[in-house]
Amino acid sequence: METYDSFEYDVLVIGAGGAGLRAAIASIESGASTGLVCKSLLGKAHTVMAEGGAAAALGNMNEPDDWRVHFVDTMKGGKFINHPRTVEIFAKEAPDRILELEKYGAVFDRTPDGKISQRPFGGHLYRRLNHVGDRTGLELIRTLQDKAVSLDVHTHMEVTLTRLLLDDGRVIGAFGYVRDTGKFVLFRAKAVVIATGGWGKMFRVTSNSWESTGDGAAMAFFAGAQLKDMEMVQFHPTGMVWPPGMKGILVTEAVRGEGGILTNSLGERFMFKDEYMPEQYRGQFAEDEAEARRWLDDKKNNRRPPELLPRDVVARSIYKEVQAGRGSPHGGAFLDIRHRGAAYIKAKLPSMYEQFHRLGDLDITKERMEVAPTIHYTMGGIAADPETCATTLPGLYAAGECACGLHGANRLGGNSLSDLLVFGRRAGLAAAEFAKANAPGKLDEEQVEVETRSLLAPFEGGNENPFHLHSEVQDIMGEHAGIARTTAGLEEGLAKMLAVKARLPNLKAEGGRAYNPSWHTCRDVVHMVALGEAILRSAAERKESRGGHWYLDYPNESDEWAKKNVTATFVDGEVRIGSSPVPEMSPELKALFEGKK
Amino acid sequence: MAEYTLRVFRGDAKGGEEREYRVQAAEGWVVLDAIHAIQREQDGSLACRWNCKAAKCGSCSAEINGIPSLMCKTRLDALPPGPIRVYPIKTFPLIRDLVTDVSWNYEQAKKIQAFTYDPKIGDQPFRIRQRDVERVQEFRKCIECFLCQNVCHVLREHQLKDHYFGPRQMIRLAGLEMHPMDIADRAEMIWQEAGVGYCNITKCCEEVCPESIRITDNGIIPLKERVIDSRGLLRVLRGLVRRRTG
Repeated sequence: METYDSFEYDVLVIGAGGAGLRAAIASIESGASTGLVCKSLLGKAHTVMAEGGAAAALGNMNEPDDWRVHFVDTMKGGKFINHPRTVEIFAKEAPDRILELEKYGAVFDRTPDGKISQRPFGGHLYRRLNHVGDRTGLELIRTLQDKAVSLDVHTHMEVTLTRLLLDDGRVIGAFGYVRDTGKFVLFRAKAVVIATGGWGKMFRVTSNSWESTGDGAAMAFFAGAQLKDMEMVQFHPTGMVWPPGMKGILVTEAVRGEGGILTNSLGERFMFKDEYMPEQYRGQFAEDEAEARRWLDDKKNNRRPPELLPRDVVARSIYKEVQAGRGSPHGGAFLDIRHRGAAYIKAKLPSMYEQFHRLGDLDITKERMEVAPTIHYTMGGIAADPETCATTLPGLYAAGECACGLHGANRLGGNSLSDLLVFGRRAGLAAAEFAKANAPGKLDEEQVEVETRSLLAPFEGGNENPFHLHSEVQDIMGEHAGIARTTAGLEEGLAKMLAVKARLPNLKAEGGRAYNPSWHTCRDVVHMVALGEAILRSAAERKESRGGHWYLDYPNESDEWAKKNVTATFVDGEVRIGSSPVPEMSPELKALFEGKK
Repeated sequence: MAEYTLRVFRGDAKGGEEREYRVQAAEGWVVLDAIHAIQREQDGSLACRWNCKAAKCGSCSAEINGIPSLMCKTRLDALPPGPIRVYPIKTFPLIRDLVTDVSWNYEQAKKIQAFTYDPKIGDQPFRIRQRDVERVQEFRKCIECFLCQNVCHVLREHQLKDHYFGPRQMIRLAGLEMHPMDIADRAEMIWQEAGVGYCNITKCCEEVCPESIRITDNGIIPLKERVIDSRGLLRVLRGLVRRRTG
């Protein structure tokens, strides 16, 4: 029998990006003993890659912004299948969470009168993104990391957890391995917070870091938690397309926020085309290029350029331009910021300047960038209660990208960083409270043994290269669950995915257990196949086009589907798809749309 | 596609050897792409640490042809012709292949008093001028790749890890000390425990910083000045004499 190290906490937080760190801080401050597990080193999680800013209606830019406007923008951006109460809490609490971050030591860019500076972003009516140049995610994660360390958090770095442990349906801990040594490790906890981010790594052209393999969501799924709206995957409109080695790396939306324009091979500023303007945004954007130019210096008296439409709209427009033969040489669109001048660009977009200079052989102050859509974010995920982030399993909480409810069918830029803060904190508080009210659950060694055997299986005579299988998953998702979906494509994709699933028992790890990437990848692939199947099935279920889900057989939004969230549960080894009604807005919230919708 | 030869260190704390791999690379590939190709096609157990492949997380530090660099930021076609040697960073204990145990850096970080503001400010948002935050923001660009720690000769050659926190923690301290709203007094700690006096300004750290932070000029030298201001020159000199003789 294999041995394992064992730890016990009131609250176990899995994942140490923004949401996990904020949850740990809240849990510790509530007096709960708290363990924090990260798959990487502390401070390296995917949050570090966020660039543009954190949306919160502080109203620092002399515009009449407040939580109500942020609420309306987020519901509209999400195409109204977001949980309205989740969005309400989010919009109301985001400003406090940002100001609190400053008290933890974050150093935001300032306005001339010394307040936090806010920049415009897609889908936000007013300037609302609190930012630090184009490295806001780094500022956020480092600040939270320092805060958590100052509270003496118990951190377990480079530990991969693979299974939630259950006691009669309640989550009472998790099991996995230490990456350095390959030794097994068990955590017992009265409550568990999952904050493990998204699963963008199941696509090849992606802006996501390696960690985004969906472990947390897959573990919760296997343990019986409900997933929602898995078909909702976000394409960010602007990823690098050239050189090939850099394909998919993010070009921040802040480039457009700072005035960047998109053009096609004919030199047309195509976002001005009438066909690309969604009905619900008509009249809210600059009429012509002259107004867009005036907006650069006078935001009060001019409307935003259409490059700042929500991400799903801009991504589809670029895709359509390329399909129509008006793409850039490497199959994208041109993104041009040269008109802002070298000094401004280097001050406001320093890491973009550096990224293109070093990796793309291009000086963005002198040349146009080439960009195309890249997988960026997963709106769907573990169904979570608005107030507490509780999942459908007792003792299990979910916050951040792995959770579902806030973003609906499309996330607005800047909403993820404030999501992490608002719901990371709420999950931590609720988990600590649950831990106070409940005794530890009973550990079932049988579950540990089953997981041990399953983890060691790749060392026993399989023949499937896990990297190749990962690559196949990426091909399937890219071809069949990409930006434009069809019934035939989804069916073919599902058949291929099920064929890959059948090969999972033959995964083979080369070498020993100490820091072995091929072994690590074996389990990543299992998780991605499960979530990939849920995405393909959920996408086929939603028979309409909405936000990130563009279904060519059903090209329009449907009134019936506007009222439904797609659900996925894992029962007896099978993925089951269903639906649940989108929760009703309270009358007070409904009133915010009167005359506006 | 172009072919490159990589000589990669393979081994663990007990010892190891250089192993040669040939890799077909697409245009724009960086060293990390080549390492991934080796994992995928030749040896899945080759250990390397990485996260973002976009020079934002600072995980994939290594010594490429002897030069401490991020693997994700080093283009294959920018290296001189001939085999490319990829080794783990040397200053920290080896775990396996290209992965080292950098936990010492996290231990030092714990000893630094966190950002502390005047509680009288209460719930009021801070008001700070942009030019006052810019100084601090330079230090906060640090992605904790620990390349500066790796080349700092106090840590690398002299192994004085018990006496000096190293450049990374110096700029963390500089960022806190120069924060317009911070009220903590860390001068004594910066001198005694963090050992700022050990830096003799060779600027090796600045040369390898992927974020081009002017670690010594803008961080460590002002810290030294601050400590001297705060402690009084005489006490510093006394301290120096004690160190020499003690």
